[in-house]
Amino acid sequence: MSTNNKGEVVKVSGPLVVARGLAGARMYEMVRVGEAKLFGEIIEIRGDEYSIQVYEETEGIGPGQPVFRTGEALSVELGPGLIRSIYDGVQRPLDKIAAQYGEYIVRGAESPSLDRSMIWKFEPVAKIGDHVTAGDILGTVRETKLVVHKILVPNGVEGTVKKISSVEGNVDTVIAVIETDKGPRELTMVQRWPVRQPRPVAKKLPPLEPLTTGQRVLDMFFPMTKGGTACVPGPFGSGKTVVQHQLAKWANANIVVYVGCGERGNEMTDVLMEFPELKDPESGEPLMERTVLIANTSNMPVAAREASVFTGITIAEYFRDMGYSVALMADSTSRWAEAMREMSGRLEEMPGEEGYPAYLGTRIASFYERSGNVICMGSDKRNGTLSLIGAVSPPGGDFSEPVVQATLRVVKVFWGLDDKLAFARHFPAINWLTSYSLYQEVVDKYANDHYNPKWSEVRRRAMAILQREAELEELVRLVGMDALPADDRLLMQAAKMIREDFLHQNAFDELDTYTSMVKQFHLLSTILHYYDEVRPALQKGVPLSKLLTLPVLEEISKAKLIPENKLEQFDELRNKVSEQVKALLA
Amino acid sequence: MVTKEYRTVKEIIGPLMLIEGVEGITYGELTDIRLDDGTMRRGRVLEVHKDKAVVQVFEGTSGLAPQGVTVKFLGKGVELGVSGDILGRVFDGFGRPIDDGPPIIPEKWLNINGNPMNPYSRDYPNEFIQTGISTIDLLNPLVRGQKLPFFSGSGLPHSRMAAQVARQARVLKTGEKFAVIFATMGITFEEAEFFINDFRRTGALERAVLFINLADDPAIERIAVPRMALTVAEFLAYEKDMHVLVILTDLTNYCEALREISAARKEVPGRRGYPGYLYTDLSTIYERAGRIKGKMGSITQLPVLTMPEDDKTHPIPDLTGYITEGQIILSRSLHAQGIYPPVDVLPSLSRLKDKGIGVGKTREDHANVMNQLYAAYARGKNAKELAVVLGESALSEIDLLYVKFADAFEDRFIRQGEDENRSIEDSLRIGWELLGLLPKSELKRVRPEFIEKYYPENK
Ligand SMILES: Nc1ncnc2c1ncn2[C@@H]1O[C@H](COP(=O)(O)OP(=O)(O)OP(=O)(O)O)[C@@H](O)[C@H]1O
Ligand SMILES: [Mg+2]
Repeated sequence: MSTNNKGEVVKVSGPLVVARGLAGARMYEMVRVGEAKLFGEIIEIRGDEYSIQVYEETEGIGPGQPVFRTGEALSVELGPGLIRSIYDGVQRPLDKIAAQYGEYIVRGAESPSLDRSMIWKFEPVAKIGDHVTAGDILGTVRETKLVVHKILVPNGVEGTVKKISSVEGNVDTVIAVIETDKGPRELTMVQRWPVRQPRPVAKKLPPLEPLTTGQRVLDMFFPMTKGGTACVPGPFGSGKTVVQHQLAKWANANIVVYVGCGERGNEMTDVLMEFPELKDPESGEPLMERTVLIANTSNMPVAAREASVFTGITIAEYFRDMGYSVALMADSTSRWAEAMREMSGRLEEMPGEEGYPAYLGTRIASFYERSGNVICMGSDKRNGTLSLIGAVSPPGGDFSEPVVQATLRVVKVFWGLDDKLAFARHFPAINWLTSYSLYQEVVDKYANDHYNPKWSEVRRRAMAILQREAELEELVRLVGMDALPADDRLLMQAAKMIREDFLHQNAFDELDTYTSMVKQFHLLSTILHYYDEVRPALQKGVPLSKLLTLPVLEEISKAKLIPENKLEQFDELRNKVSEQVKALLA
Repeated sequence: MVTKEYRTVKEIIGPLMLIEGVEGITYGELTDIRLDDGTMRRGRVLEVHKDKAVVQVFEGTSGLAPQGVTVKFLGKGVELGVSGDILGRVFDGFGRPIDDGPPIIPEKWLNINGNPMNPYSRDYPNEFIQTGISTIDLLNPLVRGQKLPFFSGSGLPHSRMAAQVARQARVLKTGEKFAVIFATMGITFEEAEFFINDFRRTGALERAVLFINLADDPAIERIAVPRMALTVAEFLAYEKDMHVLVILTDLTNYCEALREISAARKEVPGRRGYPGYLYTDLSTIYERAGRIKGKMGSITQLPVLTMPEDDKTHPIPDLTGYITEGQIILSRSLHAQGIYPPVDVLPSLSRLKDKGIGVGKTREDHANVMNQLYAAYARGKNAKELAVVLGESALSEIDLLYVKFADAFEDRFIRQGEDENRSIEDSLRIGWELLGLLPKSELKRVRPEFIEKYYPENK
C-alpha cells in the first residue's frame, strides 16, 4: 500500500472539509488543513475521499489547498500541569493562547497543552531492578496542594527499571529508563493518549460509595455514587448549570473535570473567578487545586465541541488510573449531540430521529460507559472511580426528545429539573416526584452504616410525605385547604416544611450552599420529629391551629443555617419541639 | 489576491446560485454579482466543491437569469469599514450609508463574523445599568456586558420599551463614553421611523449607529445585519473604550432568513423546519456581548424577538433562552389591561442580577426587596386564580391582602409612563410602599434590620 503525507482539499462546507490523496490515512487521524494549517480530524473515508472535521473556522479554505497528515489520532497530553488548566475542546491552553494571541481566539493558534516552563519535582516510588508493567506507579510529583500526581508506566510498556531517581525538571525530563523486550525505553513525566479510545482498566466493579454533593435534595433523595452516572435535564433557566457548578464545588471527589460544552463564555469566567476563592470543605484548600476545566463555548468551533467531551473524559480517566475518585461534569451533552448532528448532516448521512445521526444512542452510551468503579491497571490493584454527570438541554423542555431519551437508557440517576419550580424560585428545581436514583439501595446501606442507622428510614418517610402531599394538592385545588381533615393538614404542613426548610437550598448563600451528610440527616429528622410530636397531640385534642403555629417552627425554618460545627443545636431544637407540644397538652 | 470573474451560473435555487468552472475559490468568500443591466448584488460562498461554488445572494435572486450575471470573487470574507466617525450615521442592512452624510473613511476593515472571544479573557459582567424601568431595574437587573432579550409577541409594545431603555439607560457613574447601536431585521417602516424619530427627538442619534433592514428589504441581508452591528460594537467598545448597548430587532425575522437558506440547501431540518445549527448560529451573535479583562468598554445586548403564537417553547425563543443570560417576557394580558410596560414578572429572569446589585452598587436591601416582591406577587396571583375557581369567600384574610397587593403591584409598580425615568431609589421606594400593604410578619425574605429601616410606618 502506498501512503501519502500530503493531500488536497476538494470541498469545503462549513466545518467539513473533504480531501483527496491521503492514502494510508486512518479514521480519526489528525490532519492540518490548508495553508493556515487548521486542526482537523478524519471522520469518514470513502475511496480516495477523506472527510475531515475541522476544529477552527474554515473561511478562506478552498479546493486545491494542501492537507497534511500527522499520523496520529486526536490525542491529549497527560502529565503534571493538567490541574488548574483551562483548555479548549482539543486541549489548547486558553490562558496561554490569550497571552500569546490576545482576547480573541484566532485561527492556527497553538501552544503546548502542558506548560514546559513549569518545573516539577519527581520522587521515585519504583526502585532499580523492579519489574514494572503498564499502570504501575513509577513515582510521584506534587502537582498542587491537593493533588499528588502519580507517574504511571504507559500502556504497552513492560520491563525492568534500569534507572530511576529523584529529579527536577519540566514534563519532558527523563525520569526513568525501563529495559524492555525491545531494548531500553526512556520515560518522561508526560504521555499521550488518543481521546476516542477508553483507557484500559483491570476490572470494573459496581459502585459502592456515595458521591456526596452537599446538595440536600440530591444526597438524601436521589444519591449519586462514586463511579456512577447521572443526568440533569431541564429547560433553559431551570438550574442545570448551577447544579453542575455546585457538584464541581462540593462533590467529595479528589479530582473534578468540568467540561463547558457549547454553553456560555461567562459561565466559564464565573468558574475561573470563583474556584480559586472557594475552599474545599475537607482540606480548606482552594477548589481550583483539584480542578481541570475544558471550555468550548457555544460560539467556538462546533467540531472542537464534539471533541471536548472526549478530551475531558480522557483526562478524567488518567486521574482515575492513579487511584483517585474523579468526577466529570459535562454542560451540556445536548450541545455535544447537536455538534454530532451538524457533522452528520454535512456528511449527508441518513438522519435518525429529529435529524440526529442514527448512532446517537450508541455514542451517548459509550460516553457514559467510560464511568465506573474500577480496579486500575498496575500491580497494586488500587481502586479508582470516575463519575459522570451530564446536563441535557431538551428543546422546549420536552423530555421525550432523542437526547434525553438516549441518555435515560444508560444513566442510573435522573435529576429532572422543572421550570414550574424554577418560576416559583424553588431551587434547586429538581422535581422530587419524577426524579430517581438507582443507587438508592447501595447508598442507603452505606449511609446507615456511616452516617446514621436511621438514614434510610428517615428518607423513606419523608419521601412518602411528599408523595402524599401531591395527591392531597389535587384535592385542595378542588375544595380548598380548609376542607381537608385535620390530620391531612398536619401532613401538608410537614410536607411544606420538607420542601421549604430542607429541599430548598440557595446555592448563592455562603452557609446554605453546602450541607454535610450528617447535618442533612439532622435537619430532616428534626422536621419529622415535629410531625411525630404533633400528630398524637392532635389526637389528644390540641387544636390544629396551635400545632400549625408552634413558635419553634420559625427556628426550624432557619435550621439549615446552623453551622456545621454546631450540630448539637439540632438536639436542642428537637427538645424544644417536644417541650412546646407538651406544654399544649398540659 | 487576484480577483476572478465568471459568467457560469448554472442553477438558481431560492436565495442560492450555483456557479461552475471556478478555480481558487475559498469558503466564506465575498462576491460581487453584476447584472447585465449594471445593477450590483452581493453574495457569500456557502460551499465550494471542486470547481463548483454555492453562493448565497444577500439581495435575493429575484430577477436573476443564469445567463445574465457576472460573478466576481473578491478573495476575502464579508468586511465592514469602521471608523470613529461612524457615530450618528444610518446604514442599510449591508452597511451602506443611507443618510445624507459623506462616505465613511474606514480606519480599518473588519470581518463581520468576528472571532470567538477567549473565555479566559472575559471579565464577569457586574456593573448595574439603570434603565429607569422598575420591573427591569429592581426585579431583573441588567448589567454591563449582559445579553438580555425581550421575548415579545406581535402587537406588543416591545419597540417602545426598547426605545425607552435606549433613551434612559445609564450607569450610576458619570463621565463614561457610551453608544447605542440599533439594528433592525425585517421590521416595518413605521416601527423603524418610530425609533429614528425617537433618537432624533432626544438627541440620542449623535451617539447612535443605525443599521436598517425593513420588511420589504432583502430577507437574506438579515443574516448580515446583526454581524455588521456587532462588528461596529466591538470596534467602539474595545478600541474606542465605549460602553455599547446593542438593540437587535426582530431576531425572529433573522431566524426565518436562516431557515430560507437552509431549505434551499435541502438540509435536514430540525424542529419546525429551522436548521439543526440554529443554536450555534444564534450563539455566534449573542456571545459577542460581554466584557474583556483590561479593556474599558463593554457590549450589552438587548435582542428583541416576537414569539410566534406567544409560545415560549417555539425554537426561536427557546434556543435564545438557552444562550442569553435571562429574558424579559412581555405579557399580552397585562397589555390588554392597558398596563405599560407589560412585563410578565414571574417568568422573567436576569441571571446576572446577583453580581450587579447590593451595597455600593444599588442599595443594601435590593436583593431582599426583589425576592419579597416576587414572592408576594406570586402568592397574590395564585390567590387570584383560586378565587376564580372557589370564589373570593374561600380566601383567607391574609390571601385577600395578597390579592390587593398583586393588583396594586401591577398598577403602581409594573405600570409606568413611557417617559418616566425611575431611579433605582424610586423603584425601591415604590416597592416598599407596596410591601407596606402586608404585615411585617409576612416579609420573611427581608432581613429584620431592613424592615426596621425601610418599612413604611404611617400608611
Ligand atoms: N440552587 C440554586 N439556588 C439559587 N438560585 C438558583 C439555583 N439554581 C438555579 N438558580 C437560579 O436560576 C438561574 C438559572 O440557572 P442555570 O443558569 O443553572 O440554568 P440552566 O438550566 O443551566 O439554563 P440554560 O439551559 O439556559 O443554561 C440562575 O441564574 C439562578 O438565578
Ligand atoms: Mg446552563
